[in-house]
Amino acid sequence: MKTVVTDVLVIGGGLAGLRMAIAARSRGHEAIVLSLVPPKRSHSAAAQGGMQAALANVTRGMGDNEDVHFEDTVRGSDWGADQIVARMFVNTAPKAARELAAWGTPWSRVRGGEREVIINEERVTLAERVDAHGLIAQRDFGGTKKWRTCYVSDGTGHAMLFTVSAHAISLGIDVHERCEALALIHDGERCYGAVVRNLITGELTAYLSRATALATGGAGRLYRVTTNAVICEGMGHALALETGVAALGNMEAIQFHPTGIFPAGILVTEGCRGDGGLLRDVDGHRFMPDYEPEKKELASRDVVSRRMEEHIRAGHGVSSRFGPHLWLDITLLGRRHIEHNLREVKEICESFLGIDPAEQWIPVRPAQHYTMGGVRTRPTGESPWLRGLFAAGEAACWDLHGFNRLGGNSVAETVVAGMIVGEYIADFCDKAENRVPLPVTLGEEFVKREAARLEALLGHSGKENAFHLCAEMQEIMTHHVGIFRQADALQAGIGRLQRLLQRSRDIGLTSKTWGANADLVAAYRLRRMLKLAITIAHGACQRTESRGAHFREDFPRRNDQDWLKRTLAFWPDDDAVLPRLDYEALDVKQMELPPGWRGYGAKNYVEHPDTPARQAEVEAIRTQMSDSDRFAVQHALMPYADKLPSACEGKNERLEEPLEE
Amino acid sequence: MNNTTSGSGLPPRHISFDILRYNPQDPATAPRMQTYRIEDADSMTLFIALNEIREHQDPTLQFDFVCRAGICGSCAMMVNGRPQLACRTLTRNLPDVTTLAPLPFFELIGDLSVNTGKWMRGMSERLQTWVHTLEPAPDLRKIEARMNPDLAEQIYELDRCVECGCCVAACGTAQMRQDFVGAVGFGQIARFRLDPRDVRNDEDYYALIGDDTGVFGCMSLLACHDVCPKSLPLQTQIAFLRRKMAVA
Ligand SMILES: Cc1cc2nc3c(=O)[nH]c(=O)nc-3n(C[C@H](O)[C@H](O)[C@H](O)COP(=O)(O)OP(=O)(O)OC[C@H]3O[C@@H](n4cnc5c(N)ncnc54)[C@H](O)[C@@H]3O)c2cc1C
Repeated sequence: MKTVVTDVLVIGGGLAGLRMAIAARSRGHEAIVLSLVPPKRSHSAAAQGGMQAALANVTRGMGDNEDVHFEDTVRGSDWGADQIVARMFVNTAPKAARELAAWGTPWSRVRGGEREVIINEERVTLAERVDAHGLIAQRDFGGTKKWRTCYVSDGTGHAMLFTVSAHAISLGIDVHERCEALALIHDGERCYGAVVRNLITGELTAYLSRATALATGGAGRLYRVTTNAVICEGMGHALALETGVAALGNMEAIQFHPTGIFPAGILVTEGCRGDGGLLRDVDGHRFMPDYEPEKKELASRDVVSRRMEEHIRAGHGVSSRFGPHLWLDITLLGRRHIEHNLREVKEICESFLGIDPAEQWIPVRPAQHYTMGGVRTRPTGESPWLRGLFAAGEAACWDLHGFNRLGGNSVAETVVAGMIVGEYIADFCDKAENRVPLPVTLGEEFVKREAARLEALLGHSGKENAFHLCAEMQEIMTHHVGIFRQADALQAGIGRLQRLLQRSRDIGLTSKTWGANADLVAAYRLRRMLKLAITIAHGACQRTESRGAHFREDFPRRNDQDWLKRTLAFWPDDDAVLPRLDYEALDVKQMELPPGWRGYGAKNYVEHPDTPARQAEVEAIRTQMSDSDRFAVQHALMPYADKLPSACEGKNERLEEPLEE
Repeated sequence: MNNTTSGSGLPPRHISFDILRYNPQDPATAPRMQTYRIEDADSMTLFIALNEIREHQDPTLQFDFVCRAGICGSCAMMVNGRPQLACRTLTRNLPDVTTLAPLPFFELIGDLSVNTGKWMRGMSERLQTWVHTLEPAPDLRKIEARMNPDLAEQIYELDRCVECGCCVAACGTAQMRQDFVGAVGFGQIARFRLDPRDVRNDEDYYALIGDDTGVFGCMSLLACHDVCPKSLPLQTQIAFLRRKMAVA
């Protein structure tokens, strides 16, 4: 049996995984990265629109800083976010953007002087400051007060991923491509690596490590219509869940993006609306201002997606043989703008719809887009239940996004969490108490267990087909656990998913080869996906309120009194058909920004009993300290600096805010 | 998905795919052509078609898709003899009988799946496709170094390469020499050469590509330029590098 030993095993070669590996390597630890595909093909490459970082370089970003970014993020999350994590994040995001700039990302840059843009259907002339010329440019995105989204044309994720990957290659970091982690090796207390299957040869290997980090991305493929890549199947979530020890947080929080092209679900970026694009209905009417007079098309994604579905339900959709849709109109931006700043969008429209978006409207409908829930960790990225297990990026829930993530906050999170969690991983490896001998026998036992499971699958001549069961699951998730949710449909959905889980024990494979075998892969992943699907549906059913992207028609109000808490899900054992749920309360008394109205969406919510007192306290501190600078006020409200690793400490310079030495 | 061609009353069209099958992992098999027939549908791409074949006819068929949106470059294959991204190929533009084969040149994993990732990593290590600086790590608290906005756009223009391998698969020189760096390699050198953050000069680049495995191996057939799914300006870049390297 083969065993590979390393200091740090990073499972996932997207932005989060590579950045963690770089951090560990730079601190002198050996890191191996595993990836299902060549790392540059990870789904991070698909991010088009941009990365949020409060640099305040453009005119419309002036006055932006960590405080504004923090508030946007917490409001966006509908107060589900961990505010300490949000603070750590907003303070590190500018550093991450600047680090990428130094490593070679070709960020689009500010052009000093006047330029024309489209804001709210009107041509507006913006004057960019001459002294900002050549700094990183920023565009508007939904749910933000300032133009904060740094971008590389509309290939931001691609450019970021190629930069980070190039940097990893320059450090000689090994990436084991086409390798899939099947199970975490652990003893119930500490994680020691993973059982890994080579997807070409089928060979199983025990990878033993001091620290193991999950950075496996999202789980969009649980749904039929999703913007996610085909490899976004939530396998990292499942790895943690199947330990029976580590918990997943807030799995019911699933984001739907307003503009998936219809019917394929391929994303066209929020940058389309950020740059001035409009949503129109069957009559060509721009309907968003009717619902959201303040933010219009640029309210947060959960709100826009719901309004779109609501408008379709009211009979204003465009009918087609695949069902109803709406239109995204970017023709008003002009050909030059589209061909320069929205080129991927143009390519997508041409290749998949056969239309020219400079002339024609784009058919769109909301599609599953982002998994806010993930492997629950502390602000250090470590699981509270399984020492040595870390997670970052979309697969993690250190809880930056709460119940709704803002556009541009995700790629920012991947690199920020990569930096922060990477440092904590290095600290972990440095500690003498963690330099214990790695348990070779335990690794072998786990490999044997996985081998036996695969052999059982291959040997069983059942009558079910994994592909067909998977399609059924996706259908159930889309219809029962989608944008609008309610008790009966959720209950029915859970029942159907549980029956699928039973049926999945009777899968018969056509192809019996041990090596590359799509049939086998579909079969073993399906069982894991079903556990996640049930976890999402069960969490959604139990949460009898609406918050962020989780919308209950039967409980349309946000209810802070009963539900200002994070869902934790544990999967008891392999025979279980339902996770055990537990809840972790958020402490209003510690919040820098006590719960309130988001500034868009519904205004009525049930207040938490602690909110008025905390609100008064916050206001008193602000009044008392009206002469102090914003850093001192922030510190008095909610100190967090001790949580940042030293590599990420320090204020961020801006044109308006020079650094005092 | 509904699978009649829209409402014309004509019987639905069927397409046949002749696919080159071979699994090098299985010594008992030999390369062979296998034919699959499916019903065409509106806005069907090769991504949809191949998955339909795998899910309903033959789960052993191997191919690679990731983003299925033309962004990641995973799914390049030979479609009727031409390298292209399968996910962006609409079946309505294909003839009734279409041949699919894996990209030549790259290590074959099985059927339509090839190991471009491994080759690209090797290319990247060999050409050192990362920004080389002499500076110590930058102070991340400080405002970033400025860059001319036009230059940033030009760099991105070359940075758009998705390493799909189409250019190498179409390349006459690569047919003859395994160690040729290909248009993808030249594109990346051109990208870093343009980047003021990279301190390397033309002599440094000459050391990397100034021989027959590099620019002087290129026979200027420029099929690479025609097949690039991202429409990178490979022709101009290669010509430019050759001139520069000739004087370096
Ligand atoms: C179409 C689209 C556009 C987007 N645009 C934006 C945007 O403009 N701005 C923004 O902020 N966010 C955007 N997002 C979200 C953002 O791109 C992702 O959330 C983020 O890139 C995820 O990065 P990651 O590193 O966590 O995971 P990924 O990049 O998804 O990487 C996951 C990695 O894990 C590996 N992996 C998975 N399972 C296993 C396993 N079992 N064993 C081994 N390896 C495994 C995969 O091979 C892959 O390398 C977009 C998302 C989509 C779908």
